[in-house]
Amino acid sequence: MSGAETGGDLGLWTVLLAVIGGAIRVSTPFLFVSLGETITERSGRINLGLEGTLVFGAMSAYATAVVTGSPWAGVLVAGLAGGVFGLLHGTICRFPGVNDVAVGIALMLFGSGLAFFLGKPFIQPSAPPLPAIPFGFWSDLPQVQAALRVNVLFLAGAALAPFLWWAFRNTKAGLVVRVAGDSADAARAMGYDVDRVRLYATGLGGVLAGVGGAYLSLYYPGSWNEGISSGQGLMAVALVIFARWNPLACFGAALLFGGAGALGPALQSVGVTQGYYLFYAAPYVLTLILLVATSSPDRALAGAPGELAK
Amino acid sequence: MVADTAPHTAPQAASRGSEPANPPAALQVRAWLARRSEAVAIPLAAVAAGFLLFSLFLLALGKSPLGFLDIVWRGGFGSPFALQNSLQRAAPLLFAALCVALPARLGLVVIGGEGAIVLGGVAAAAASQPLAGAPPLLAIPLMALAAAAAGAVWIGAVGALRAYRGVNETIASLLMSYIAIALSNHLIEGLLRDPQSLNKPSTRPIGEAFAVGPMPGMDVHWGLGIGILACLAAYLLTERTTIGFAARIAGGNVRAARIQGLPVGRLVTTFTALGGACAALAGFFEVAAVHSNANASLVAGFGYTGILVAFLARQNPLAILPVAFLLGGIEASSGLIQRRMQLPDATVLVLEGILFLAVLLSETLYGRFRVFSPHLWAGKRAAAGVPATVQA
Repeated sequence: MSGAETGGDLGLWTVLLAVIGGAIRVSTPFLFVSLGETITERSGRINLGLEGTLVFGAMSAYATAVVTGSPWAGVLVAGLAGGVFGLLHGTICRFPGVNDVAVGIALMLFGSGLAFFLGKPFIQPSAPPLPAIPFGFWSDLPQVQAALRVNVLFLAGAALAPFLWWAFRNTKAGLVVRVAGDSADAARAMGYDVDRVRLYATGLGGVLAGVGGAYLSLYYPGSWNEGISSGQGLMAVALVIFARWNPLACFGAALLFGGAGALGPALQSVGVTQGYYLFYAAPYVLTLILLVATSSPDRALAGAPGELAK
Repeated sequence: MVADTAPHTAPQAASRGSEPANPPAALQVRAWLARRSEAVAIPLAAVAAGFLLFSLFLLALGKSPLGFLDIVWRGGFGSPFALQNSLQRAAPLLFAALCVALPARLGLVVIGGEGAIVLGGVAAAAASQPLAGAPPLLAIPLMALAAAAAGAVWIGAVGALRAYRGVNETIASLLMSYIAIALSNHLIEGLLRDPQSLNKPSTRPIGEAFAVGPMPGMDVHWGLGIGILACLAAYLLTERTTIGFAARIAGGNVRAARIQGLPVGRLVTTFTALGGACAALAGFFEVAAVHSNANASLVAGFGYTGILVAFLARQNPLAILPVAFLLGGIEASSGLIQRRMQLPDATVLVLEGILFLAVLLSETLYGRFRVFSPHLWAGKRAAAGVPATVQA
């Protein structure tokens, strides 16, 4: 009860809480896409098409959840569909003379186009959402409760980040991916088919991006429409550069980006409508600033896979 | 030379060798034709393969591919009205494609044309306000200049960041595009808003006097003519000037260009700024010739289709002309496709995505067909398939 009374004059706290809650809520797709892209880029290839994969994942998850009634079936289908897109990218890039960045752009347009095409009948019906765990049960404040409703997928992503960090260092698969990304010649000398390693790494990246899309349509914002992703997939790719291809840093960066994305709606919720569109642009501006700050004129960045710096 | 190598080579070459009167000039023309026909045949084959794949997609949905082609023909090319509609849609695509093709000369992949188009439209609409009452012949070019300047600064900044900070231009340009659209929305809904536009926020109309009219003899606005001129100018710039030559060297090998003392940073900034100015001109014509004010309709996806046009044209400014016409026609028939075939508007996006992938995949075919080898047609034995050691 006291929360409802104090919430009014503590506008700043409301905004702060909403930003923290928003960081948790908005960051999940960033987290999944950036972890996926980290795997792909560590293998020595760039997949810019994850934006399209994210949109297609959102559509396929929503459609599956509507038809089957199970959001988890939606997550599964989104992951599979994302994997197919990743494998498509990896297959096309196997051919000599084909530019992986351009293929990514084509898949970005193709994935969104196909999602809009197949998703037309699913804009109206509503799908069952993914479950969330109310970690804010201890508080009387509705704002705290809202901020601490944490989705299961966020927890899965939060667990995946340290796992990938560990796996890159301590597993054979992680080592093979890193060698393929740092020196294709070395990987060949070790007897590995570099194209195949990259194919699987891109496929796995696609799976994660698809799951990130499922989160968009099945939890937050929790509906399917053609404007569901406005560049989150691409910002996540930029985020990988900022995170220096380190899965743990991806987690922190995703939270930061989520917070920036939540700033506009949070300010709007307390009645600040002036400059709404400028706050809406905050995540893009932040991404650009971080990209500029972390880039360096002499191309090779610390931590960058050797094959990407060529 | 030609005559005495001929008997050792393939029968085809031997028959050529029996005409020793062929002057070397004619052989050179044939070699040139062979090389050029590769650059035409492979993209055409890729487009055909893309259409074939799309036909399978339609068949899977139980729709007729031939019916689809028929509708595209009627909606985009089959009548004077359809043709004018296609040309009208091709106009912004010409400019948007140049925003990709010009930086591509330097090996850059810039995909933020959409934002430059929107920003250019808003800049043109904003410039029209203080110019009210000025003679149109002065005011219209000034509006175009304001648009071009906005686009040049926006995309030029992406180039400068690439050249001097090493920022990935593909990601940066798309981020700048989103920022440009947000900034334009902010201006259209705030500072520049016409109080009379209630349901659809717009800037104040530019006024009858400043409207850009149709070109003589047709119902297509001047954006098409200027767009064609821009493509021709871009071709001359990249193929016939020292600046264009320097850009191509820098695009091929940055380190070599630096060693040669070429101003790589300035070249990158100039070409991206020119590309941005072109894209912004598309926005100018959308405002001055189509909408008469700047509003959310400016975000129409021309920038993204422009990327496809540039890649289909393999970044050649002259090839942009027919490709933009083709895609303009396909997009013009979108309405008819929706009504006649009960397909969603995204059908064209699916087709475009498939075409894009097919053309990129076809990049791997260059140099693989002997028919296109200039050496074969110039009569040199090396490329005729027989190793020199065997001949010796």
